[in-house]
Amino acid sequence: MPGKLKAKIVAGRHLPVMDRASDLTDAFVEVKFGNTTFKTDVFPKSLNPQWNSEWFKFEVDDEDLQDEPLQITVLDHDTYSANDAIGKVYIDIDPLLSSEAATVISGWFPIYDTIHGIRGEINVLVKVDLFNDLNRFRQSSCGVRFFCTTSIPLCYRAVVVHGFVEELVVNEDPEYQWIDRIRTPRASNEARQRLISLMSGELQRKIGLKVLEMGGNAVVGYLQCFDLEGESGLVVRAIGTACTLEKLSGGGATNNAQHTANSSPSKDMKEPVFGDECPSNPLSSGPSTPLRAPPFTSFSPSKSYSRQSSSSDTDISLTPKTGMGSGGSAGKEAGPLKILLRQQTQTALEQREFPFFTLTSFPQGFLLHVAGVVSARSVKLLDRIHNPDEPETRDAWWEELRQEIKSHARALGCHAVVGYSESTSICEEVCILSASGTAAVLNCRFLQDGCLDVLSEHSRGVVVFFCNRCDDSAPPGCGFCHVPYDELNMPFPAQLSPCCCCHRTKVPDVLFTTIDLPTDAQVTGKGCLIQARLCRLKKKSQGEGNATCISNLLPFLEYELHTQLLNKLKLCGMNALFGLCIQISVGENMLVGLASATGVYLSALPSPGGIQIAGKTPNDLTYDQHVSSIQRKINDTIVKNRELYEIHITEVAEDVIGSPIPEPRQRSRLFRSHSESSDELSELDLSHGKKDAFVLEIDDTDAVEDLHSLLTDAPTPPGFYSCNTEIMPGIYNWTSAIQMFTSVRVFRLNNANLTNLGLNKIFNELCENLLKSLYFKLRSMVPCCLCRLNFTVAVPEDELIQVAVTAVAMSFHKDQTQEANKAAQAHSQMKAIAETEEQLQFPLELNAESASPLSPKGSAPSVDYSSFADRCSSWIEQLRLRAHTIRRGSIKTSSSPLPEGRSRSLRSTRSFPGSSVSVVKMTPLSFIPGAKIVKYLGIINMFFIRETTSLREEGGVSGFLHAFIAEVFAMVRAHVAALGGNAVVSYSMKECVFMENPNKNQAQCLINVSGDAVIFTRESDQEGHLPQTSHPQPTEDTPP
Amino acid sequence: MSVELDVFVGNTTIMDQEVYQLWLSGYTVGDAVKVRMDGGVLDGCDASAEVLRSDTMDQFRTFQMCERLLHNPAKLANQLLFQIPPDRQAMLIDRYYAFDDAFVREVLGKKLSKGTKKDLDDVSSKTGILLKSCRRQFDNFKRVFKVVEELKGPLVENIRQHLLLSDRLARDYAAIVFFANHRFETGKKKLQYLTFQDFAFCAGELISHWTVGAMDNQLEDMDVDLDKEFLQDLKELKVLITDKDLLDQHKSLVCTALRSKTKVFAEMEASFKNLSRGLINIAAKLTNTKDVRDLFIDLVEKFIEPCRSDRWVTIDVNLYLTHYINSAHILDTFKHQAVWNSLWDELFKMLTDIQHVTVCFLVKMGMVASGASAAAEGTRATAASSEEPVPVHPTQFTTSISFSFRDMLNVGCRAWPHSGSQAC
Repeated sequence: MPGKLKAKIVAGRHLPVMDRASDLTDAFVEVKFGNTTFKTDVFPKSLNPQWNSEWFKFEVDDEDLQDEPLQITVLDHDTYSANDAIGKVYIDIDPLLSSEAATVISGWFPIYDTIHGIRGEINVLVKVDLFNDLNRFRQSSCGVRFFCTTSIPLCYRAVVVHGFVEELVVNEDPEYQWIDRIRTPRASNEARQRLISLMSGELQRKIGLKVLEMGGNAVVGYLQCFDLEGESGLVVRAIGTACTLEKLSGGGATNNAQHTANSSPSKDMKEPVFGDECPSNPLSSGPSTPLRAPPFTSFSPSKSYSRQSSSSDTDISLTPKTGMGSGGSAGKEAGPLKILLRQQTQTALEQREFPFFTLTSFPQGFLLHVAGVVSARSVKLLDRIHNPDEPETRDAWWEELRQEIKSHARALGCHAVVGYSESTSICEEVCILSASGTAAVLNCRFLQDGCLDVLSEHSRGVVVFFCNRCDDSAPPGCGFCHVPYDELNMPFPAQLSPCCCCHRTKVPDVLFTTIDLPTDAQVTGKGCLIQARLCRLKKKSQGEGNATCISNLLPFLEYELHTQLLNKLKLCGMNALFGLCIQISVGENMLVGLASATGVYLSALPSPGGIQIAGKTPNDLTYDQHVSSIQRKINDTIVKNRELYEIHITEVAEDVIGSPIPEPRQRSRLFRSHSESSDELSELDLSHGKKDAFVLEIDDTDAVEDLHSLLTDAPTPPGFYSCNTEIMPGIYNWTSAIQMFTSVRVFRLNNANLTNLGLNKIFNELCENLLKSLYFKLRSMVPCCLCRLNFTVAVPEDELIQVAVTAVAMSFHKDQTQEANKAAQAHSQMKAIAETEEQLQFPLELNAESASPLSPKGSAPSVDYSSFADRCSSWIEQLRLRAHTIRRGSIKTSSSPLPEGRSRSLRSTRSFPGSSVSVVKMTPLSFIPGAKIVKYLGIINMFFIRETTSLREEGGVSGFLHAFIAEVFAMVRAHVAALGGNAVVSYSMKECVFMENPNKNQAQCLINVSGDAVIFTRESDQEGHLPQTSHPQPTEDTPP
Repeated sequence: MSVELDVFVGNTTIMDQEVYQLWLSGYTVGDAVKVRMDGGVLDGCDASAEVLRSDTMDQFRTFQMCERLLHNPAKLANQLLFQIPPDRQAMLIDRYYAFDDAFVREVLGKKLSKGTKKDLDDVSSKTGILLKSCRRQFDNFKRVFKVVEELKGPLVENIRQHLLLSDRLARDYAAIVFFANHRFETGKKKLQYLTFQDFAFCAGELISHWTVGAMDNQLEDMDVDLDKEFLQDLKELKVLITDKDLLDQHKSLVCTALRSKTKVFAEMEASFKNLSRGLINIAAKLTNTKDVRDLFIDLVEKFIEPCRSDRWVTIDVNLYLTHYINSAHILDTFKHQAVWNSLWDELFKMLTDIQHVTVCFLVKMGMVASGASAAAEGTRATAASSEEPVPVHPTQFTTSISFSFRDMLNVGCRAWPHSGSQAC
């Protein structure tokens, strides 16, 4: 019995009128957890009831704590008839189960009804007292943290990356149970919402168990999906990467580090100065080597940077932290490396069943080589899940697919797959399972237990890299491009040429990957969103025939998407794709494929050749003219695009934006995973001449199609950039203005007998128009970049195509010249100093608020930072104690005093005076520009159903969906605010299933969203400004 | 092929002020798109009309969803559905509650009932304001009326607090509510020359001097209702016209004071009794609700028009009324000290208000007259040109009016430069 859940219902507001006679409501609340239910008193005749209930206490197993949501139902009391439900709130209490996440949930939650939407708000307080359970055979996994973010969360560092975890839970879909015939739509929707909430709780618990088994304490890149298989059931599955994370005591790194990181791999060299617990964050991006340790003091002579040993960091500080070695090699890591076992090598990876990683960005040095995208698809026929407790079939299906991926990766000479993801598309009883990732060779050192006290956010890897220079490694800027596979034994035909950066090894002519652009990659110019879109008609059929038909079509579809991508890439004058995501959706009479990626020009790869058009019928003059006019058009476009994206290849050396390292260190040895073939430059350079050998023949319809899609893509309007990755190469100076949005469009194809060609055109236009609309809407943010443009396509019905986009628009400062760029770097470097200053200053300043905040704070060099902070924060708490600032019960055994103290101090900053609704930012990225994330509060994973039987009255399908999406946003924001957060990062809308029946005036929509709730603090704009730690005032997103 | 569904939802709600205005003005999506196109919003953007249409639709939908919240502005601040920065919220509210002067002029003083609402299409066709917009404005009046109806305390402050309106809007709404409550007649042809702002000024004067709240500070403040006791007391003024001696005495006092101070002295002397009778009669009848309604039309008919026909200018009227009130005061202290003393303050208040109001009306008259025969009016206007109209000039007066008045004076000055020295 290791947990006590306590809930208190404080008040309600804006309740709907339930009693027409009095225009008021007699509201009361039921609080349910598991099978226990409590009720508040009825608060008569009010739309703003004040219940102020007692604490309702639930004594439960932690297993239940993980699985079950807290269910709060607001009802209207009715003396004579049954009480009417006003709506519900489901609260996932998982964030309260980890000592490092939130400690209390307190705030206004929208009361949600699946038929009426949001109906007022309710103020709730939830706490958990957790007793430690040391039972080895326990079924719970409390304390394992989950992150949607597909990189090591800022303000954490990974001690070990354990590897792939997956789990899958199945159940019957309540919508298809017999009882659904007799219950109301509301009851059915609620049953579904509740079931999915339960299942995802269970799934997380099970994954957590696996993580604990592996010795980890967190899952990063957690990706959970629902498969609504209709009749045959409901599948909830999840994948992720198990890690052992450790909190950086100094609070988070800023994103600055992340996006400026592009420029120079060694910019974060100051890190080692501070040691592991350094309260600073590696956001500086100064020029490379000179920025090493010593200069720091000169920048800020008044600061003391002496190491403060932290009591909280229990881990690996075994090694005496010798001072930073001068120059390029960090002596620091040598210690742990020596101590720890080294017997594991690459075999460590191979021993694993699936050496997969859901992460898309990695610490430097982690990724050695990237070979290319590996993907596998399979078409399955669904049948009823007979025994929900043994989801073997589904498991087996995925197992198969993963094996295939693994073997693909092997064929590419790689032992791991990174940026791995899985998805499904279901139509009737046919299901397409897809898995894809990027085959890669990793630095095994990062995967060994305990070996790695270095792997953390970007900076640290560099240290590893340098200290491991005796080991296999490649130059930082181009190393990952080098082909890992055997040149003489290539798995597929490719043209290899010497690396343009180091000229030592071979690189492919193009590189496709599913990961984010590595921060140290050398890129020329800017990137852009590249999409391939394709529709294919398919005969309507049933069962096995249908499945066969689809599987026959699939390879062609993929091939064509690939060709399209390649063409468009060349048209943009680029040579690599990142964040590639190929979606194939199946409908009754068509297959829709959409591939999105961000194209960049990697300096290491050879310059892409042009595209040549060839006609097959010679001697036809008009035809030749036609061909040549197209050719001209294409050539013009390429030139224009190069201009647009600032790709000036002739002067590569100067144009590698933000890369102060002129030339990466040459390395003679090349790491090869499988083969030891020659990596000399002696062979004939055959590939050079092939550059322009990319020929399109326009005689067959396919080519015409290709051409068409090539030339109809409108360029992004001036001032706009777009990408589907986290960061846009070439843009560093973001402003704090961000605007996350979701846009959904559904097209009806009225024309019954469309050809493939016509269909393609329509689909293409749909996507193009959608993009144009976005650009127009966001025109006030110019110059701006749409990041993480995430398109999802679906074919919900016979003649419908649905496209949903979620992205974030971020504006940046215009001065993008080299100088400005450098200035920005210097600036951020200065900021870094200011930052550390703040960090040190924080406790002091709070301690003596009356004192000048800018007083030199070098006075406490030898103070134990953590306890100091702790003291201060509790002191602050006395000052700002508020009703909802509730500490955990004393029974709880906290792991260390520091996180506790820290969390309290943050907690006390919670309530923003003034505005009653705090601003919550949302972004699909893992960072917030100009701010640093100081705390992760827990994962947000919510599932909503909305249904209406009065579609017309609610403004038609658009009105209905618009309101629903707004409601979903509102509920996400409310939950984050209640956890004490002010932003959601790595937000994504995983599912948006929309069904309508206009004839019956009905519609239904299911939305699943997820993300990480965080607290961020804004970097003050002026240097030396007060740290805002005590008042994380969220700044507004820019108004358009 | 058709777009079945098209939505865009931002975490921070995106709102274009221009589109908001179009929506408020009652445009349909199609018309709004046309207006935006003509306004050149697409210039410099590579976007089609379709894109514009989609954007307009989205925003219109957003506004529609917000409308519910705007009906209760306090809700907008702590609702969770839309994340709108505070300055945007203020903009939304202010624009939503803004109204067209042309429209308000039509319904000012009318009962805010269903019947009036039904007639809105007439108002719409008369003013050229789209019916949808008329309805919104009318509903706003009604809503504000309902909110403050039952509330105690100063009207303007109530409106500002409960509806989060700006100072100016709150004052205007106070006027609307006040007029609607007393159903003051404002629609007669003779009153057509007055703008809403003129009436709003009058309402402000009446609210601050004639209402229960004004009389009895603090306690049971009710700004909406006129003070019955005060109106009852006004009846006592009748003695000024019924008592022949008093009337004569009053006249001589006023005339003595005015002699040689105005060009229209002869006319003043001649019409003194008529005017005094007119004024006192209006005051005495105010206990009657019907007559309260006719306050403004009576003032115009019984006082302002005679003045106008005698070619008085504002300054003359102002002088006349000042002395009228002062002399009456002297009169009283001579004769009925004991009985009258308590009433004089109130009487004074009433007359001062009437003075303010009539002056205000006359300013407008003067404008009309000057438009008709500038030269003739110019002569008279110059008589007063050296005296600033500011002391009596209502502060709430819209600047445009005072400017035009001043312009008029300037014209006069230029025409008759030598007569500027004739000051009182």
